[in-house]
Amino acid sequence: MKALEARGLAKTYAAAGGNDPLQALSDVSLELGAGEFVSLVGPSGCGKSTLLRILAGLVAPSAGVVFLDGEQPEVLLGRVGYMPQDDLLMAWRTTLDNVTVGLELAGVSRADARVQARAELARFGLEGFERHWPRALSGGMRQRAALLRTFLAGRNVLLLDEPLGALDALTREEMREWLLEVWEADRKTILLVTHDVEEAVFLSDRVYVMSGRPGRVRATVDVPLRRPRAQELTTAPEFIALEQAVRAPLREARAGLV
Amino acid sequence: MNRPSSTTALVLAGRLEPRTIESLDARRLLRRFAPPLVFALLVLGAWQLYVVLAAVSESVLPSPVEVARALINDRGTLAPSAWTTLSEILIGYGVAIVVGVALALAVSSSSLVERAAYPWLVISQLVPVPAIAALVVVWSGFGISSKVIVIALVSFFPIAVNTIDGLRSTEPELLDLLATLGAGRTQQLRLARAPSALPYLFSGLRVAAVLSVIGAVFAEWVGSYSTGLGSLILIYNNETATAAEFATIVVLACIGIALFAAVGLAERTALPWYRVPRAVPAARR
Repeated sequence: MKALEARGLAKTYAAAGGNDPLQALSDVSLELGAGEFVSLVGPSGCGKSTLLRILAGLVAPSAGVVFLDGEQPEVLLGRVGYMPQDDLLMAWRTTLDNVTVGLELAGVSRADARVQARAELARFGLEGFERHWPRALSGGMRQRAALLRTFLAGRNVLLLDEPLGALDALTREEMREWLLEVWEADRKTILLVTHDVEEAVFLSDRVYVMSGRPGRVRATVDVPLRRPRAQELTTAPEFIALEQAVRAPLREARAGLV
Repeated sequence: MNRPSSTTALVLAGRLEPRTIESLDARRLLRRFAPPLVFALLVLGAWQLYVVLAAVSESVLPSPVEVARALINDRGTLAPSAWTTLSEILIGYGVAIVVGVALALAVSSSSLVERAAYPWLVISQLVPVPAIAALVVVWSGFGISSKVIVIALVSFFPIAVNTIDGLRSTEPELLDLLATLGAGRTQQLRLARAPSALPYLFSGLRVAAVLSVIGAVFAEWVGSYSTGLGSLILIYNNETATAAEFATIVVLACIGIALFAAVGLAERTALPWYRVPRAVPAARR
């Protein structure tokens, strides 16, 4: 039984202002086993974000079905953890109150929510910063806070939309090793959208490569690399071969866009 | 906002709590307020000198010293009048806040209400207040209520419009995120839309504070028989008691400044997060 499964998802946006109807996604199927780390790469504009929003229950698909733990949920919204591209920390809440917002909405008392959050602060590199306003945090800390907010909400399946996209190269490298550590400790099921092939191969058990508009899954690349993984792995020949296996269909997909 | 970079660096390094900076502000307070004070003293000095040297009649232009003397001598009249006008302003301003915020919440509650009401809200401001003020007096008499209504009429608009803009300013992505965490519309309003509207509300409150003083003077001119500062200006004007008239204006200005400052203080207390220095340039949006 798969933790998350999508079958034949399609999305067409209705014609607006004299434009033709826009087909964003066409017949996308994918599956994530419990505790798997899976990435989705594709050229920009291939509908990756639309796909994630469908899986989060924010957008209804034009066709296709989403299954959670083998069942089709009546209401998908709120069942899956979702972390959009921007950290979206609320400027009017301290770091601690930002990361507990999911618990608060789940009806957990403020005191209990804080206890749970405090227990995780060190692991997320936020210790000592719980009373800071988000503005005073660095980019990496903001992303870790956003991720902690998603983790604390307690969903088993997490959808992460380019969580490291806004960071500088060095912080990114640090953050992806850290992300793996966190994931290996909790074994949540993660679907990560990225446009960075190295990042996708480094993190994942499997990489889906999407084609240009309308987005569809063009290739599936399994990544049988041993875990735990460290940065040095990225220069190993088998890593580079896997990167090539992802890049080739991606390049064709991009060429197909023009 | 212009904190020296060394202080900011210490805060960012986590070695200085942001709160500690406040104590360093004392020196900058002087640097901030000294120039306008010196400037005012220079202007007052020049004014005094001009009146004395050119032997200008007090009824045309009283000197600052004469205005100060009138302030002290007429305090028996000025103080109760100031109290009357201040209470009109505070009540009218309070009504404007309640009405402005309620309107903003109603307008932003649904797009249908917004489309129906928003144009009329704007058009309501095109009707000259003098025309309405006379009517208000006809309807509600010469008592305090007509003043309160006129003050509320001139000052609710910036509050309403700013709050509407503020409620609209929340990033839709944040509302989506909260929805995935289980927040319904009411919780989205409480957690995100209302707090992100607060800075906008305070901008509206500042403008409204200034307008409410203007509104009070005007309301008293139209619906007289009142003992407020606006009426006092008319009386002193008739008597050519120019120094006393100036003194009245000084008191009015003080009320305006105090109200404006109070709003600023309330903002700093209510929005401690709003003026925190940024750690890094905003991530790409």
